[in-house]
This record gives sequence, C-alpha cells and structure tokens, in this order.
Amino acid sequence: MTTVRITIDPVACDAYGYCAELLPEAIVLDEWGYPIVDGRPLPADLVAAARRAARDCPRRAIRLTLKSSAG
Amino acid sequence: MGNDVRQAPPRGALHHLLGHPTDLSGHIDAHGPLAVALGRHESWQAALGANLEASGLLGRGGGGFPSATKLALARAHGDGGTLVVNGMEGEPASDKDKVLLTRAPHLVLDGAQFLAAACRARRVVVCVPAGRDGVATAVLHAISERSSARYARVSEVIVRPPDRFVAGEESALTNWIDSQTALPVFRPDKGVPLRIGKRAALVHNAETLAHVALIARNGPEPFLARGMAEEPGTCLITIGGAVAQPGVVEIERGTPLRDIVRLGTPVESFQALLVGGYGGSWVGPDDFGTPYASIPLRAIGAGAGVGVIIALGATGCGVAETARITRYLAGQSAGQCGPCVFGLPAIADDLARLAGGQSDPGLMTRLQRRLGQVNGRGACRHPDGAVSLVRSALSVFRADVAAHERGEPCGQWHRPSPLRFPGPTAR
Amino acid sequence: MNSTVLWYVTRASGIVALVLLTATMVLGLTTSARARSRNWPGFARQELHRRVSMIAIVFLAIHVLTSILDTYVHIGWASIVVPFTSSYSRFWVGMGTVALDLLAAVFVSSLLRSRIKPGTWRGIHWLAYGCWPVALAHTFGMGTDAGEPWVIALGASCVLAVGAALLQRRRATSSRVAGRSTGGPEPDAGRHPVPTASLEGAGRGQ
Repeated sequence: MTTVRITIDPVACDAYGYCAELLPEAIVLDEWGYPIVDGRPLPADLVAAARRAARDCPRRAIRLTLKSSAG
Repeated sequence: MGNDVRQAPPRGALHHLLGHPTDLSGHIDAHGPLAVALGRHESWQAALGANLEASGLLGRGGGGFPSATKLALARAHGDGGTLVVNGMEGEPASDKDKVLLTRAPHLVLDGAQFLAAACRARRVVVCVPAGRDGVATAVLHAISERSSARYARVSEVIVRPPDRFVAGEESALTNWIDSQTALPVFRPDKGVPLRIGKRAALVHNAETLAHVALIARNGPEPFLARGMAEEPGTCLITIGGAVAQPGVVEIERGTPLRDIVRLGTPVESFQALLVGGYGGSWVGPDDFGTPYASIPLRAIGAGAGVGVIIALGATGCGVAETARITRYLAGQSAGQCGPCVFGLPAIADDLARLAGGQSDPGLMTRLQRRLGQVNGRGACRHPDGAVSLVRSALSVFRADVAAHERGEPCGQWHRPSPLRFPGPTAR
Repeated sequence: MNSTVLWYVTRASGIVALVLLTATMVLGLTTSARARSRNWPGFARQELHRRVSMIAIVFLAIHVLTSILDTYVHIGWASIVVPFTSSYSRFWVGMGTVALDLLAAVFVSSLLRSRIKPGTWRGIHWLAYGCWPVALAHTFGMGTDAGEPWVIALGASCVLAVGAALLQRRRATSSRVAGRSTGGPEPDAGRHPVPTASLEGAGRGQ
C-alpha cells in the first residue's frame, strides 16, 4: 500500500491559500493564511486533489511524499 | 605510529576542557602531537568513530545529537567536504564558546582536524560572528601558529558570518558559506547531509569539538569516568542572572541544577531557573534538584539546550522577563516562514500586555492557540524554542500569570531587565 | 483570400488579442493580491489567468498570420520574431514584434515551469510588464482604427483596468511587507544587519 503525505516547505510558502481551497479536508489555514497539515496519510480519494494542489501552488511549496509500506 | 593511534591515557588523566594551555607549544606539551591519518585510512577512521560512539558524546550546540551518528552520516557521503566549526554562539546569554575559543582554541581546532580526517574533508572553516573581534583574533592567532608550525593537517580558515541568532543554525551557516545568505534551509529529511557547493558539510559546535579532541587522543574512558552513566562527560555552562559570580563553569553531566547555580554564588533566593538559554525552559523550585542531563530534563518538560542557566531572583518577574525574551526572539526571526514571522510578534504582543497589567479576557485562549499554531511550523527550531519558553513560563509562574491576568502589574516591566540583550535594550 | 477580408480579420483579431491580454494582466495582478472570495477561489482565478492567456495567444496568432498573408502591404515572415524588419510601418510593426517576443518568452517559460528554477520563471514572467504596454502602443501606433471613438474608449478602459489592478496589488503587497517587518527582517537578512524589532506591538496580529 502506498501512502501519500503532504509536506509544506515553510520557506517557499507565501500564503496564497490555493491548497486549502482545493483540499479543505486535509489543509486548513492559520490566522495568517499559512497552511496547517497534520502529517497523516491522505485518504485515497483525496490524492488527486492533493496532486492538483501541489501542481497549482505558485511557490511550489507543496511536496507529496510517497511511501510504500509492506503489508 | 601504526593503525591504532589511540594512546593509553596518561595516568590520572581527568577529562576537562578548561585549564589547558592556550599557546601551541604548551598545548603540544600537554597533549602530545596531532596524530591524524589522512586519506583512505579506514581502520583509523573506524576506530575514531568507535571511540566517539563508546563515549556517548552528544552535541553541545543545543541539538544534543550523538556526535558519532553525525560523523557516520558525513563519512557516508563522500570526500572533499568541509568541516565547519560553529563558534557563532548566537544565544545572548551564553559565553562558553567565546571562552573556549579564546582560552583553548587548539583543543577545538584539533577536534576539527580529527573529524575532518575521519570524514576526509579537505578544509576546516571556523565561524566567528562579525563584530566579535576578540574571539576572532584569538582564533586567527591560533590558526597562524598551527600553520607556521605545520601542525594542522587539513587547511584551516576563519570566516565571519553576520551576528544574528539564526545565523548559527547549522543549515543557515552552510547556506552562508555557500551563498552569503545566513538563512536556515528547509530540511525535511535530516538523513541527507548539509552541502556546501557539491560536497558534504559537517557542522559541529566548538565545545563538542574540544571534547572530540580529548576523546580521540585519550580514548573514551576519561570521558566516561565523569558525569552520569547514562550521559557521561563534562560540559560548559554559563551561569547568569541573580548571581554574584556569573560566568562560564565546567561541570559534570548530571550535576543537580541548584548545585550548578551555587557555583555562581546566588545573591538572593532564586524563584526559578531558565535552563537552555532564551529558547529553553523555565524550571520551578520543585525541580531544582533535577540532574543537568537530557533525559531528566526532558522528564520535567525542559531540555539541556545550550549550556546556560539563569537564576531569576526573588524580586524578579518571570512574566516580564519572558515577555522581553519573546520580543527579542521575534525580532531574530529569519523572516522566511509565515507562522514565525507573524506568530512570534503576536505572542510577544500578548505577553507584553500581560506583563504590563493590560490583559483582556481572550488573551490566554489566544495565546494558547497561537503557541500551538507556531510550534513546529518553521523551517528551523527557532519558533519552537520560543514556544517552549512561553509554555514553561505559563506553568512555572502560574500564580504571577493569574495576577497579571487580573490586571495587577508587578513593577518589573518598567525596570531594567536583569537579562542581557544585544542591540537596543528590550523594555 | 481577399485582401480586404484579411485586413478586417487582422484588425479585429488584434483588438480582441489586446483585450484578452489586458484581462490576462488584470487576472495575473489580482492573483498576487490574494483577495479572497467565496465564489472566486484563488486557484480558479489562476486557472482563468492561464486559459485567457492561451486564448489571447490564439487571437494573436490569427492577427499575425493574416497580417503576413495580406499582400496589400508587405510584412515578411521574419517580422514575426525579428523586430523592425518590416518594410511597412517598420517601427509600429516592430513594436508588435517586440510584444510577441516577450509574450512568447513568458509562454515558453510557463510551459517549462517545473523544469526551471522558480527565480528564473518569475524573472521571465515579469517581462509581461513590458509586453502589455508595448502591445498597447502597437495597437494605437499602427493607427488603422486608433481614431475611432470606441477604440479609444476601449484602450482607455484597458489602461484603467490594469492601473487599478496594479494599485490593488501594490496596496496588498505593502501591507504584507509591513506585517513582516514588525516580526522579522526582510529575507536578505544574511546580507545586511537589521535592528531588533520595534517594541510597539499593540493591536497587530490580534
């Protein structure tokens, strides 16, 4: 099973907020507009949206890490 | 010399950092020649690694990371890299590295030479902040002594990064050496080593390297003979605050906190101790007997951090001092990550209100929320240090916090601080 | 194809391209301003910016092709990319070429965005600030319809729209910078010493 996790590069992030718009189930914004992710693996139905968020981020601040875990 | 360069420890050798000769000839008399094996000397390098591993030496720059592990990582990632001596000591309350680099520079530089040889680095770069010219002069003098005597094996240079708190963070340091930007780099995977140019960089605190120099020469036994079994050795602590004799002392790991403070001769009974520097934690009277070592300190919600212990006298106010420190830390942000850039000043604002007796009903909730939001969300641990400081203050100074919440000021907010801050003084 | 038809298509597609380019600029500027709206999320505005720019390029292509195929005046194929080489209205056609070159650079860099450094992409993207005014100048400099009241009104609206978007972006960016400077130094902290933060913190970040 491959698990996908979101990592945000806090240096690159400039609080555009597109990621939270595209993936509100996994990303919320703090009071200053910066994304908070909880580091848990994404449910499979959210992975496509996560890829889109990573692609659309104007600062390329989102990284998706894929990990395969043996059953 | 052979493969086993480890000599039997001189009889009665006591592991200690302070009290060694400062000049090169005195240093050689006391410790013997610098016996490093350059090139692909696998067995010598492995032996050094084993000695470090056996000694259990932890980094003395605040991270507390096992030095042997750090060395193994550097060794695995290729030759021709750089050994960086971190003499930045950005923590304003700490003086230990200044003292060490001025009084025993050869010990620090020898440690760098040993590690450089072990990971086949091609140069040693010593970092002393711009403006700290006394220390820089001492280091330069030592480097030129070594170069004239052809004592050093790997080339040694000194560089002067800017004097800012975050400039001493290890990725900020390598970033500066590489591209003149003293800003931390986002490193989600610490297994990938730092780089300068295309080559690996190994960064070590000056005090750690001094310990390495002795362990490499004398083996791990003298180090293990001091301190605690779980955390051996000695370390340097800067004692400050309400003490008559502030300064740098060398103590064994595991010494109870109150015994360390006694070395500085407290002037009055102290109500709390700040352990680990401005990014550390407050410790209350119930825990003054805690041994100074990572695990016991972590158990009480503190951390060894940088070797600093500040005593807050009975007349001081923990809330006021925490507010000042947080304001200082907010100003020292690298300015790269939103939660730190916006969060720390917001937290500092609320603490200033609290200290000044101008609290409002939502302040505590707001403060707690922001502490949670800021923690762990920067590229470096700068905001985390501020959060742990504030959280520990809210716990240790519970009564004072409640009084301030009710609007009672303490008067300390308007008096000069017993703590020192570089630049324009904090309120 | 009849020269007159070609000529009308050239003029019409040119004006449409200008309007679309203006819309692209406005969308690009308000993307940065990060104005949040429930019905128009930021990622949608960014997507719209991209798509409008592509439609603009399509109309630009029609404009360029028809102008070359029209034999009434001579504009060579080379003039598509090499400025100031057309025998007809050398300067103003040349301005059009310059605008096209700049737009092509922006477009290609965006296609290769994932492969080039972010700083490089941003630097090239800023050529858009040069492209739009040059395109505007070309439109009015060519003169064909520049005297028509509705064309003048259209041009004025384009200028106003971009001007307003620019102002909004300036205001949004400066309030963001102000927020940062109370908290920490500007990003080039490594190069200049920065004084510690001011101590007046009342009201900010609440």
